[in-house]
Formats: sequence, structure tokens, C-alpha cells
Amino acid sequence: MPASTPLLLGQPAMTPLAVADPGTLVQSVDWVAIAPPLVAALAGLVVLVADLFLKGSQKKALSWLAIGGLTAALAALLPLALGSGTRSTFCLADGGCSYTADHFALAFQLLALGGALIAALLSAHTVDKDGLPAGEYWFLLLSSAAGAALLPAARDLATLIVALEVASLPAFALVALRRDGRGAEAALKFFLSSVTATAVMLLGVSFVYAATGTLHLSAIAEALTTAPGQLKHLAEAGAVLTLVGFAFKTAAVPFHFWVPDTYVGAPVPVAGYLSVVGKAAGLAGLALVTTVAFRPYGHTWGLVLAVLAAVTMTAGNVAALRQRAAAPNGAVRLLAWSSVSQAGYLLVPLAAAGYAGDDHPVGATVAYALVYGVVNLGAFAVVAATGHSRLDDFQGLFARNRWAALALAFFLLCLAGLPPGVVGLFGKVVVFRAAVDAGLGWLAVVMAVNVVVALYYYLTWTAKLFATAPEAPRTRIPGPLTATLALTASVAAVLSVAPQLVLQVVSGTLF
Amino acid sequence: MNVLLIALLAVPLLGAALTLAPLGERAALRLGVGTTGAVLAGTVALAAWFDHSAPARMQAVTDAAWIPAIGVRFHLGVDGISLPLLVLTALLTFLCAVYSTKRLPDGPGARAFTGLVLLLEVGMLATFVALDLVLFFLAFEIVLIPMYFLIARWGSGAKVPAANRFILYTLFGSALMLLGFLLIGSQAGTFDLTQLATAHGSGLTRTTQVIAALAILTGLAVKAPAFPLHSWLPDAHTAAPTVGSVLLAGVLLKMGTYGLVRVLLPVVPDGTATLAPYLGALAAVGIVYGSLACLALARPGAKGDLKRLIAYSSVGHMGFVLLGIASLTPTGVNGALFANIGHGLITGLLFFLVGAVKDRYGTADLDTLAGATGAALYGRAPRIGGLLAFAAVASLGLPGLAGFWGELLAMYGAFDPAAGLSRPAFLTYLVLAGLGTLLTAAYLLVVVKRVCMGDPKQTGPEIADLKAYEAVSWTPLAALTVVAGLWPALLLGLSDPAVKHLLGGG
Repeated sequence: MPASTPLLLGQPAMTPLAVADPGTLVQSVDWVAIAPPLVAALAGLVVLVADLFLKGSQKKALSWLAIGGLTAALAALLPLALGSGTRSTFCLADGGCSYTADHFALAFQLLALGGALIAALLSAHTVDKDGLPAGEYWFLLLSSAAGAALLPAARDLATLIVALEVASLPAFALVALRRDGRGAEAALKFFLSSVTATAVMLLGVSFVYAATGTLHLSAIAEALTTAPGQLKHLAEAGAVLTLVGFAFKTAAVPFHFWVPDTYVGAPVPVAGYLSVVGKAAGLAGLALVTTVAFRPYGHTWGLVLAVLAAVTMTAGNVAALRQRAAAPNGAVRLLAWSSVSQAGYLLVPLAAAGYAGDDHPVGATVAYALVYGVVNLGAFAVVAATGHSRLDDFQGLFARNRWAALALAFFLLCLAGLPPGVVGLFGKVVVFRAAVDAGLGWLAVVMAVNVVVALYYYLTWTAKLFATAPEAPRTRIPGPLTATLALTASVAAVLSVAPQLVLQVVSGTLF
Repeated sequence: MNVLLIALLAVPLLGAALTLAPLGERAALRLGVGTTGAVLAGTVALAAWFDHSAPARMQAVTDAAWIPAIGVRFHLGVDGISLPLLVLTALLTFLCAVYSTKRLPDGPGARAFTGLVLLLEVGMLATFVALDLVLFFLAFEIVLIPMYFLIARWGSGAKVPAANRFILYTLFGSALMLLGFLLIGSQAGTFDLTQLATAHGSGLTRTTQVIAALAILTGLAVKAPAFPLHSWLPDAHTAAPTVGSVLLAGVLLKMGTYGLVRVLLPVVPDGTATLAPYLGALAAVGIVYGSLACLALARPGAKGDLKRLIAYSSVGHMGFVLLGIASLTPTGVNGALFANIGHGLITGLLFFLVGAVKDRYGTADLDTLAGATGAALYGRAPRIGGLLAFAAVASLGLPGLAGFWGELLAMYGAFDPAAGLSRPAFLTYLVLAGLGTLLTAAYLLVVVKRVCMGDPKQTGPEIADLKAYEAVSWTPLAALTVVAGLWPALLLGLSDPAVKHLLGGG
């Protein structure tokens, strides 16, 4: 066991005499297992403290501190990924662990921390240029990332909700950091709808706890099958209400109305962060709750999620199609609606898991989420780098900035799932396959139609990039933004040549 | 692993990547000629190296795991069916590159143009060598984006709507095709075309086969194009630059019919047999419809665009290819494959010629060209006029030229369709196709009369006759048209054993 420290849980330290076997109360914490979220959280605290001691011009160092912290958190994933076996910690004597670093958790932690790192690289310039309060900004970003990294490893409902709130609460403030009316309005909208969803979810959790007497996910699954008949309705109501909360975080229809306004109101890097990391947190929670805790109700939530997926992708696409090229903030708005429809695709394998009765299809969600994370952040990176807000501003970008235009075209084609964006295509293929294998043929057809419809707006935007340009000076892109673009584009390109790197999660075991 | 096929794909890809470097206009065009020339040399070497005694066997095979997670393999190979198409693709692309050095269409510059043509070549070549369904699909899709930009940026007239229409139609088709592929993959447990062809449909239920065949057939029929899914083609051809039209008609359409032979016939034979009568009917309607449309365009006063006319004639010619395939007999399929190559050579030449006429006159409108008496190319530009007449009679299927054998064999296949297909139905299609050949002859002769003949002393701009670069890029096509017409065994000897193998007979 690596560096471990005894810790007392549950009882104050001075009452050991009252317990028959004090050994059961003492447990060792596997620090390596919890390192990824912990490092991010500690980095957040360090940034907050350092902010007090740094003068105006020195505050630039904070961004490097934050980026370093996130890199260290990502590095902390390495021993877990390379080591054999699954590590769990915070376990009860009778089984049931609250924190498990299995493949599922590692993949989503990679997405959350990697996404936060890319968002941080993007932010370094924005914080400077827009005069955002650096200390607060980096602290909030790191806290939110820590929450998002904790969430996929959480294996009881209490930890899950705490993690979800740790991920969301700083996000409200991040949105509000842009000091104009729109930022405040966006944050308020985001906050109010999110808090409502949390309240509903807490009610659901309390119902589930009342019906099953446990908070541990796997124990809930057992208790649901053996629950007495009169508690069945309570448990079912609890399950539905819990799902609502997570559906909000993934921005599934009808809980998606906050998305476009919030994305437009937030600083662009924050919008990118929300579209990937915020969504990943919601998805991870949804996957855990459905496939682990509520597994006995598979057919019910399977159907609900299938309908939700179909409606979400359709609504997102229809709204994206209606985006006018000359509208202000059209680019971010289009990406916002596209992220809604992508959330629909992400929900498809979860629905399939409900029908299949095992967690195998969830791998497709994980794979697609990783792909989506890279290319969507890449697209946001180009929007942030060029500073264009209307879709029309992108007209002729190729003539002004060749590489940014090529990168954006590549990301858009990946999102559309069209070669040369091979990785996006295969992401969609595994999602399709999950649906077909689970017998959800109708959902596969709905998705196919949506994929084709979505091609229209992705391709119009792509074609715009190469259109003959109105004369404009060549623009230079600041260093950190160039680095972000290069990073995301090369990751997407490598994955397009060797999709196996990300698709291996589809065939492997997750939990 | 076999280096040759991988090199054939890697060389143009590398060339396309190089065009991103800051090259001058001339250098970019020379790069295009050099790269496509190297690819052509590669395909000729491949054809020489190819074991002609066993064309049914996949040769130059590369088979490596690519995405084990979903069972996709990087599986390439050539047999007697794909080899001629491979050479045709390399030849046409090379000729287009040569032609472009002197006559670059108006547009955003040579560098991007060369890059797109090379990328297009990667996709076209990959389609003909891919032996994995998913790889085939990828290659099929790669061509879309370069062709879209070639039409939308270097085209003329209503180019952007035409390009949009082209890409939306084909994307719709590809999405359906992918669904069919995924269905086959999930039911048969493999995407590998050689394995699927060996299984010849065993392990797939009849329902699965019919659904998959319908999806794949629809997807490929958009590309081929089969009536009534052809309506993107005339617009795309009218708007596309000459080089785009040549490659679109010469190679891209063949990808659709090649897919039918390579995927549909061997992988889902029962589904194909169920749908074959419908395909035959659409093919016959397409033949008559295409020729009638051409006749209408060729009439004086119809304001017919020559490029549009040849596009409609392609609908008719591809109808013969589809009819041959629908007969499900070795004769018919061999005829279809022969007609594929013949159409590629002849229509490629026709589009080059019409492009040249359009350059010289500034319009391809038949009425404007012909004026009161006819454009009199025989008198004013005798070599171009002669070549145009030659291409036209080749296109109408004059015996001794490349257009003849394919259509004859396709009709012969329809005369005696495979067991289980309704003979009266196919005889009806045969009669319709025969009517189509007559109509084809009629409109092509009208075109020759109105463009090549006429009063040579009429006033008008001075017309330059055949230039050196034009002669260089057109002569190979004309020569091969004669060779394929006089020596059909050259192609049929390659395709026949492979076709019999795919149809499950050896």
C-alpha cells in the first residue's frame, strides 16, 4: 500500500471504548487512488492563497500555477491507468466503497481534467485581456474541475451529489465573472435552473434512501430487487427525480433552455469548459445512477433515456439549423445548440444499456464523450483565438489565417462525423452499434437522420471558412491559444489515424 | 503487407499535404503532374506485376488490424475487377493534372486546386482497393469534400447550389449505406469483404439481407446515379469545371456501380436477387429517360447546355451498367464492368472536348454555338471537330469502339437473366434499352450535326484548333477507346473470373 495514513470515520476519536471492535472504524485511505481530484483541489487552494500575496503584474503566474496543477492532476492518473486492478477506498467493512478508480472513472477523469486543462490554456489569454479577477477565476476553475473529477469515481449517492455540486457551484460564478449585464443574466439563469434541478434530485435521493435504506449504488441495486411492494412506487419516483437532476447537467431536452444564453453570456473558454466538462460530469453521474444503482429498472429508464436522446438530438439540431449567419454571437450559439444535439447522441448508449441489461454499451458513451471533448474544445479554441462572434465573421478565414481555418474545418468535420474527421465518424459508429445491438433500431434511424441534418450546418460553416474573403489584415494568435489549437488539433488528428486509442474503451470492461 | 498499394494511396496524400506549404502557382501545378504521374506509373507497374492467370484472387494484399474495438481492418487488395478501374482513375487524374497546367479553371489559385485534386485521387483509389466495408465507406466519403470545393469554387454559373445539392444527395445516400454496412457487420460479425464474399450471404437472414441490400443499393444508386436519384448530376456537371466533370463522370460515378458489384452481389445475394427486378426497371427507365432528356436538350431552340446534355447521357449510359448488374449473370456483370471503363474513357474525352469548346466560345449553350447553320467545327477547328465526332460515335456504341461491348453484353445479360428472375420483365427492360440505344444515336448525331457541321464561312471569333497540351491529354483516351473496342478480351479476361467468383460460381 502506498503512502497511507490511518483515519477515523464516523465516530469521534475519543469514544473508541463504546465500540466492540474498533478495527472496523479505522481505515486506510488510498491516496494514490484519490490523487487526481485531490491534486486539482489542492492546486485551487494554493492559487487562492497565492493570489493574496501577488501584486497586479505578478498575477500572470497564477495561470501557470493552475495549468501546472491540472497537468499534475492528469499525471496522477498515470499510475492508476498503468497499474493493474481496480483501486477502491473509503470502504465500509461490509463491502460497499464510496470511491472507486475503475476504468470508467479513469476515462471520465481524463476527460474532466484534460478538458479543464485545455479550457485553462484558453483562459490564460482571456483572463488577461478581459481583466477578469485572476485569483478567483483560477480557483473556481480548479474547484469545478476537482468536483468533475471526483464525480465519476463516486459510488454512493451522497458523494455523487456533493461532487456534482462542487462541479456546478463554481461554474455559476465563472459564468458571472464577465462583468457585463449579459454575464450576470446568464449566470442567474444557469443558477436558478440548476438549483431547481438539484432540489428535485435531492428529493429523489431521499426517496430512494427511504425505500432502500442505503446510499451505496450497488447496494441500492440489490435493495431495489428485494424492496417490499408498498415501497416500490416511492423508489420509482425517487429514481425518476434523481434522473431529472442529471439530465439537467447533460442539458438534455427539456432541461436545455439555459444552454445557449449561458454559453453566450460566459467567457468563451468557460463556455467550452461547460460544454465538455460540465456535460461529462452530468453524463458520468447519469451512467452511474442508471447502470449501477437503478439497474433493476432498466427497461423503464432505458425507454425514458431513449426518448430523451431522440428529442434532445432533434431539438438541438432544429435550433442549430435556425441559426442565422449574421446574428451576433452566432458562432457560440451554434456550438451551444450543437452541443445539445451531441448530448442526445451521448445518451443513446446509456439508453441501450437499459435495454441490454448490462453496462457494456456505456463504453460507447465514454468513447464518444472523449472524442467530443477534444474536438468541441478545439472548436471553442478557434472561436476564442479568432475572436469572431458572428458566423459571417468566419467568411474567408482560410485566407487570413490558414492553420486556424484548417483546424476549425477539421473539428467541425469531426463533430459532423465526415472524413477526414474519421474519429468523429467512428465515435458515431460505436454509438450506432450500441443502439442496433440493443434492438433500438428506431433510435438508430432517428440518429442517422439527425446526423445527416446536422451535416448541413457544420458544412455551411466549414464552407464559409474557405469562401473568398472580404479584404482583412492577417491576424496573429496569442501564444497560449496557438498551443491549445495545436494540442487539440494534433490529438484529433492522431485519433483519426489510430481510432483504436480511444475506441478501446468500447471493448474493455468499465466497472 | 504490400507496399505498392499503400504507396499508391500515400503518394497523392503526401502531395496534397505538400500543397499546404507555400509553393508558387507553377510549382504547385508541376507537383500535381509529378504526383499523379508517379501514381499512374505505380498503377501501370501494378498491372504489369499482377498475376493475370489468377485475376479472381486478391493480390497485393495488405491486411492489418486497424480498430480492433469494432473489428475494422486495414485491408487492401486488387483483383481483376478493381485493377482496370485503378488504372483508369490514375490515368484520368494524370490527364486532368496535365490539362490543368495550361488551362486552370478560374478560381482561388493553383495550390488549393492541386491539393484538392490529389485528395480526390486518394479517395477514388482507396475506394477501389478497400476490402473492408468501413474502409470502403471512408474512401467513398473522402471524395465528397474535394469535389464539393472543386464545384463550388472553380465552377461556373449556379455553382454553390449545385455543389450543395451534390453533397446533400450523396451524404444522404452514404448515411443509408453506412446503416446497411453496420447491419451486415453486426449480423455477420465481420466487415471484411473477402470473408463476407466467401460466406456468400450464409449467416444472414433473408430479412436482414433485404434491408441491408435496400439501404446499400439506395446509397450507391445515388452515386451511380440511378433514376430517380440522378437529379443532382446534371446541375453538378453543368457547374463543375472541366476537370471536375471529367473526374466526376469518369471515376466518381463508377464508384457507385463498383460498390454494387463488390459489396451488394457477393455479400447479400438473396437481398440483391429480391431487389434486382426493381433495379433493372429503374435502369431501363433511366436509359430511356436519359436519352429523351438529351434529345430535348439537343433540339434547336431548347437552349440546351452541352455539358448538361452529356450529364444526362451519363444517366442513360449508367443505366446500361445498372441493367447488366441487375441481370445477376456473369455476362451482364462483365458487360457492366466493361461499360464502366468504356464510359469513363469516352465521357472523360467528351467532357474535355466540351470544356474546350466552352473555353473557345465562352458558352456551352448549344443554340448560341450552332447559330443559324451550325458551329462548323469541321471547317473552323477540324481536329477538335473530328475528335468530337469520334467521341460521339464511340458514345453511341459504334462497334469497334469501347462503348459497344459493354452495352451489348449488358443487354445480352438482360436477355437471359439469372435463374429466379422474371424473364418477361427483363425482356421488357431489354426492349426499352434497345429503344434507348436508338435514341442515343439520334441525339448524338444531332449534336454532331449542330456542332461540327455548318457553314464554315460564318462570321464569329477565330477558333484555335487543337493545342499541344490538349492533344497530350486527350490522345491517350482516344487511343484506349479504340484499343478497348478492338481488343475487349484485354478487360473481359481480367473481370470474368473475378465476376464468376463474386457471383458464387468459382
